[in-house]
Amino acid sequence: MPVYIGKRLLVAIPTLLIISIFVFSLQKLLPGDPILAMAGEERDPATIEFLREKYHLNDPVPVQYVHWLGGIVTGDFGISLRTNQPVLELVMQKLPVTIQLAVMAMIISLMIGIPMGILAAVKKNTVLDYIANIVALSGLSVPNFWLGIMLILLVSVNLGWLPASGYESIFVDPVRSIQTMIMPAFVLATALAAQVMRHTRSAMLGVLSADYIRTARAKGLSPREVILSHSFRNALLPVVTLTALLFGELLAGAVLTEQIFTIPGFGKLTVDAVFNRDYAVVQGVVLCTAVGFILMNLLADVLYVLLNPRLRATL
Amino acid sequence: MKPIFKLTAALLAGAFLAFPAASAELRIGLQDDPDVLDPAQSRTFVGRIVYTAMCDKLVDVSPDLKIVPQLATEWNWSSDAKELTMKLREGVKFHDGTDFDAKAVVATIERNMKLPESRRKSELASVEKVEAVGGYEVKFTLKAPDVTLLAQLSDRAGMIVSPKAAEELGANFGNHPVCAGPFKFVERIQQDRIVLEKFQDYWNKDNVFIDKVTYLPIPDTTVRLANLRAGDLDMIERLAATDAASVKEDAKLNYQAVVNIGYMALYTNIANGARADNPFGKDKRLRQAFSLAIDRDALNQIVYEGTAVAGNQPYPPTSPWYNKDLPVPARDVEKAKALIQEAGFERVPVELQVPNNPVAAQMMQIVQSMVAEAGFDVSLKSTEFATLLDEQTRGNYQLSRSDWSGRIDPDGNIHQFISCGGGINDTKYCNAEVDKLLNEARASTDDAVRKEKYDAAGVILNEDLPIIYLGHQSWIWASKKGVTGFVPSPDGMIRLQGVKFDG
Repeated sequence: MPVYIGKRLLVAIPTLLIISIFVFSLQKLLPGDPILAMAGEERDPATIEFLREKYHLNDPVPVQYVHWLGGIVTGDFGISLRTNQPVLELVMQKLPVTIQLAVMAMIISLMIGIPMGILAAVKKNTVLDYIANIVALSGLSVPNFWLGIMLILLVSVNLGWLPASGYESIFVDPVRSIQTMIMPAFVLATALAAQVMRHTRSAMLGVLSADYIRTARAKGLSPREVILSHSFRNALLPVVTLTALLFGELLAGAVLTEQIFTIPGFGKLTVDAVFNRDYAVVQGVVLCTAVGFILMNLLADVLYVLLNPRLRATL
Repeated sequence: MKPIFKLTAALLAGAFLAFPAASAELRIGLQDDPDVLDPAQSRTFVGRIVYTAMCDKLVDVSPDLKIVPQLATEWNWSSDAKELTMKLREGVKFHDGTDFDAKAVVATIERNMKLPESRRKSELASVEKVEAVGGYEVKFTLKAPDVTLLAQLSDRAGMIVSPKAAEELGANFGNHPVCAGPFKFVERIQQDRIVLEKFQDYWNKDNVFIDKVTYLPIPDTTVRLANLRAGDLDMIERLAATDAASVKEDAKLNYQAVVNIGYMALYTNIANGARADNPFGKDKRLRQAFSLAIDRDALNQIVYEGTAVAGNQPYPPTSPWYNKDLPVPARDVEKAKALIQEAGFERVPVELQVPNNPVAAQMMQIVQSMVAEAGFDVSLKSTEFATLLDEQTRGNYQLSRSDWSGRIDPDGNIHQFISCGGGINDTKYCNAEVDKLLNEARASTDDAVRKEKYDAAGVILNEDLPIIYLGHQSWIWASKKGVTGFVPSPDGMIRLQGVKFDG
């Protein structure tokens, strides 16, 4: 197993290189000049020239790339053009926020999606199944920004139960932290839960019609044991893969949701950086997100093996 | 259920214990997240709002736009307007406890002029040198007469920072700014909040009634207002015009507005590169026709729900610098048609570059249909802001919708846009006579003389129309009823001196 993980991590390096080249060149294709955007309304020529020099923007693009890559290798992700802060510091500031939001959204979506999926599969083609499907479809179809604003108006403005927006670190004030995160996590979870529910349902349907389930029923096991111990564990595999991939996506940040609930996570950081042509920040965030995604993929594969002993032989 | 019960009980107990120390804390919602918090380097409008609470300036601006004392108590111009002497307030301390004196002023101004990262260089371009002529007196010597310097010193260029902190932190001063304002820096979380607390040694502390102020950037106007209504914020800036009516009706909220000192306008490419070579850029009659075909009052009513004012000059009709002999033109389609015919055209195609936000887009769609009646076929090109700025600078546009946030001195609203070598003259309009008038206006310490010069330049510009001014928005603030003593100012700043909050 360690050899397998090591191999996978080695393969990740060229992937990351390709991603970084891709992002770097795409950014250079964007119209607009970062220095103009940051020189201020007056756009003083001396300042502009100084800034171009400082951020190596006068060099040819390949030289800029090598320069940037050299920094990364030594742990220097560059400096934000907009705020003068080191990019690594910015990323580290946002990472816990994004992870917390992702974990909470994932938990909520699994708590909704898995029971609904099992129920829909067991009660296939009954009213319960249809209701579960309709709920899932609605969750997937309702736009996040709309649901977010509606929730703020209902829960915060009218009922006054939760703060309308903002963020508090979980290490400083855990209660308030959960309070501010619960609505955005729920908004994100509505769409995810739908996907989890659909996957759980189809996986369960596949398993429930298998011979060994009929055997289990025939030998007199309770429906509860048949469904939870025998069917669900086997149906879990595709759900685990899906969860890991969805989680990887969440790590890229949830732009609209973060914007509406003013959560200072990756999504907002990236969008602000793109609008300000803050190249170093965009590159830093994309790289981190890519690493997160690759790790999640790896985790999914490892879990697969752990859950399904038959796969261990293939390693 | 049990742990939740315990938790609730603990929280309640905490709330009651904390209650006796009644401290006034104000939470203000901003539209954007400020950039670096160094007066020498920053460039955002919201950054200036934070400085207003944190960094005192040599001089301040009153709500009627007069320059008033702040860290400088009095000042004098030499008769040739090339020397400015200022007497400084005594007994002022910076947030780190160091004393404010003439040396600190000299250090700050020199930092603003010399720090490589400084964005204040052009604002202080006329300064030859600044020197201490006593413990509490400084003298600015200028390269050329420039009375607008005083207005520059009423903003970031005149914010005096602790020389000790500036020395230690250098270009990283923004990570922990140390000024001499009513509130001192506590912490900042990027894109989340900036926290300041009352500075106990502030020279005017008896006029400060707020103990702690937190600025929270919330870009979405609907969400900003929802936060105010939900009680999570106490005050918000830049309320959307479309929400004005509902806030006015709300018995729990204050509504305050004032016409700002900036402008909304259309920039014409007069001579900026190859794309200027078109009838619209070459023939002023077409620009006059375009301007005449616009109903500015209707724009204000439809797009800004009556909160803006129509305008045709770089300063709003409410400004003392507005030329009353050139009133906002009424819409006249017939005259516009006649002008187009005189220029030898039937229909004139024009490409108009618009920032991709809904309000600007709506406004320009209305303009598009208004001028169509006169004979202009306008195609709108929606462009993301950083790109628009770039295109405008490089001259890759025909007509561009652009705003200016405005400056206290009229010079700041006109000189650099219109003068031949002007730093942000994107139209590349150049007229020696206008240049002469604008430079003369800079050199006179007599406001009446200055007004004459600006009026004369205004007449020429109103004829040539390199920039077609459309109007002036209002700054709109909404706050809880418990917030009292806030005076709206046309510069859009939130001055917390005198503000009380009974939450």
